[in-house]
Amino acid sequence: MTDRSRLGEGPLREEVPAPLFIDPELCTGCNLCLEVCQVDLMLPHPEKGGPPILRYPEECWYEGSCVEVCPVPGAIRLVHPPANRVNWKLKESRS
Amino acid sequence: MLVLGGGIAGCWAAIAAAREGVGVTLVEKGATVSSGAAGSGCDHWESAATNPCSGVTPEELTRAMIADHGGYNNGISHYIECREGYDRLLDLEAMGGKIRDSEDEFAGAEFRDEKTKFLFAYDYVNRFTLRVWGTTFKSALHAECRRLGVQVIDRTMATSLLSEEGRQGGRIIGATAVNGRTGEFLVLRAGATVLAMSRPTRIWLFSTGLPGLSEFRPPQCTGDGHAMGWKAGVEFTMMEKSVQAEWSGERSYPPYGTGNTHNTWYACSMVDAEGREIPWVDRDGRLLESVSERYRPAPGQRFFIKGGGESYFPLHDYLGPDTLPVDQLLEQGFKLPFYADLPGMPELERRAIWGLMVGEEGKTKVPILQNYTGAGFDPDTHLLQSYGDGWRSGAFLPQERQLFGLPGGMMNDWELRTNLEGLFAAGDQLFASNCHGHAAATGHYAGRHAVEFAMHAADAPISAEQAEIERDRIMAPLDRKRGLTWKELNAAVARQMQHHCGAFKTADLLESGLAALDDLEEHEVPRLRAGNPHELIRTLEVMNILTNARLILHASLARQASSKHLQW
Ligand SMILES: Cc1cc2nc3c(=O)[nH]c(=O)nc-3n(C[C@H](O)[C@H](O)[C@H](O)COP(=O)(O)OP(=O)(O)OC[C@H]3O[C@@H](n4cnc5c(N)ncnc54)[C@H](O)[C@@H]3O)c2cc1C
Ligand code: SF4
Repeated sequence: MTDRSRLGEGPLREEVPAPLFIDPELCTGCNLCLEVCQVDLMLPHPEKGGPPILRYPEECWYEGSCVEVCPVPGAIRLVHPPANRVNWKLKESRS
Repeated sequence: MLVLGGGIAGCWAAIAAAREGVGVTLVEKGATVSSGAAGSGCDHWESAATNPCSGVTPEELTRAMIADHGGYNNGISHYIECREGYDRLLDLEAMGGKIRDSEDEFAGAEFRDEKTKFLFAYDYVNRFTLRVWGTTFKSALHAECRRLGVQVIDRTMATSLLSEEGRQGGRIIGATAVNGRTGEFLVLRAGATVLAMSRPTRIWLFSTGLPGLSEFRPPQCTGDGHAMGWKAGVEFTMMEKSVQAEWSGERSYPPYGTGNTHNTWYACSMVDAEGREIPWVDRDGRLLESVSERYRPAPGQRFFIKGGGESYFPLHDYLGPDTLPVDQLLEQGFKLPFYADLPGMPELERRAIWGLMVGEEGKTKVPILQNYTGAGFDPDTHLLQSYGDGWRSGAFLPQERQLFGLPGGMMNDWELRTNLEGLFAAGDQLFASNCHGHAAATGHYAGRHAVEFAMHAADAPISAEQAEIERDRIMAPLDRKRGLTWKELNAAVARQMQHHCGAFKTADLLESGLAALDDLEEHEVPRLRAGNPHELIRTLEVMNILTNARLILHASLARQASSKHLQW
């Protein structure tokens, strides 16, 4: 089974599923993610150094360019909506 | 030279033109460094028939591609792909793209050529499809555009084509565009223009909750080039063709992220719910005993075709190995669900699928390889569940349709010119087009020929009136405080198309659909509102989606006979 506890929790904007989890402690506000996003769904934080704001999260294509370009490991994570998650099991097991 | 669309075809067109020494402007709606279907990767490069290991000639392969689709294919563009695709790969390598196993990670593998260090996919005997490190490609193309002095205008949506004297059907002498961040309106002049904005999407499929996942392609690739081309008088073909949907992020599981046997996952072993191995057969139904045989033509077969350009009704001549169809498996007592059995694959094949292909393929490096690994998936020990037959990973209703595989598009001649003077097309903008190598080869080719045209094109002034009418049209939604949102209109178009242009098509149904779309155009488009330039782009896209839906209905009404290959 997928270890759900490692997928993270809680959307940033409550009303829509959040594709991205940005750790405000780790994020330096460099905005590189925002600049490579082809959908342009983020806005820079109003204060310099703050994490980008997910303005149009529902437009995400979930391809992960933003995560790939991020210079700080773990500062930004991409998480599929729950309806998109798949299952796997150990080869020997029967369930 | 003006290039509209900074994906694979657009970047190559710009690079080819800039190398000839002309000034090039590239307009891209997103960010050229990562935009387009292949911005996040590409795991296999098809039809590289001139690579030194290829067992087929470009002529043989092109003829096979045409025959495999019953003639409904773009022989010209695929011949260009087969002839020049490999040259583009070598070009890419010179720009910093990775195309060889230079670290010898797969030394000794059956799919590796020890001399060139190329890795091959699918048909290991004939070796015309290469496994590549496509995550390195898009940034290399972007850097090359910059190095060559291409003026790259990102975050800007092309909205219309400008013609000589503002006349429909006249020579194309420029385009209009709008910036999605600032709302700035641009009028661009050009001696020649290349369209490279891919193909229509969201005609039948739309998710209001997760619109970005409505389709397989990126959400901002909405077929704007088709809509603006049609309005300018461009000729199209095969636009009545659509297929039952194969992919929609919302309705299926993440692409390449479920157990399957196709494309990126070819030819992974599968087991049923009780661990029973699913049999593989060749085109003649001969049981294949070894994994290695899945990568070889059948006895007496010249070569087989696999990858993105596969036919829905493949000819026996080019049919590759596969698992038995699901209904036959169930009859034989195999139990659902099925699983991909990576642990059961030979080690080098396992690493080629999980780590190389899943990793370098678009949308896989972060969402699949990195995230599944982080959540505990181990290719050496885990079985990954399958959620549909083939590589679909989802089930769709007959009326849920898509332009997928080799759909219709713009007509082209041997120079990749459209019927309009000064206007060229490349990549998935063209009819019956698909795949990365095809986009690269046709982009470069169109760029070269467009330059030739531009060199001799007479100067012509832009019609100020044509540009002003366009500015008024596209800016209108910004002025409305109340009205319809783009999501509402897209949902309405998709509903009408599902009802009137689904699995069944009759003249009465299509006429009724056209009337419904005309009604949306007349009554709802004038009510569209956008709160800012970002929403304006989304709104203009749906206006194009509506135009493309009407184009499809008109093409459907013109067709008088059923056609297997057009699925019509
Ligand atoms: C997830 C995924 C994986 C794939 N893997 C492979 C593979 O391994 N091998 C393979 O051969 N093929 C693969 N393909 C297909 C291949 O990526 C495409 O066929 C190829 O990218 C088409 O190139 P293109 O230039 O026509 O379109 P794209 O590369 O999609 O570029 C179109 C560009 O036009 C821009 N644009 C759209 N509208 C406008 C506008 N109005 N104004 C300005 N710009 C605009 C878009 O932002 C985009 O950047 C894959 C596709 C996907 C989605
Ligand atoms: S996954 Fe892609 S579309 Fe989504 S926020 Fe990141 S870069 Fe943008």
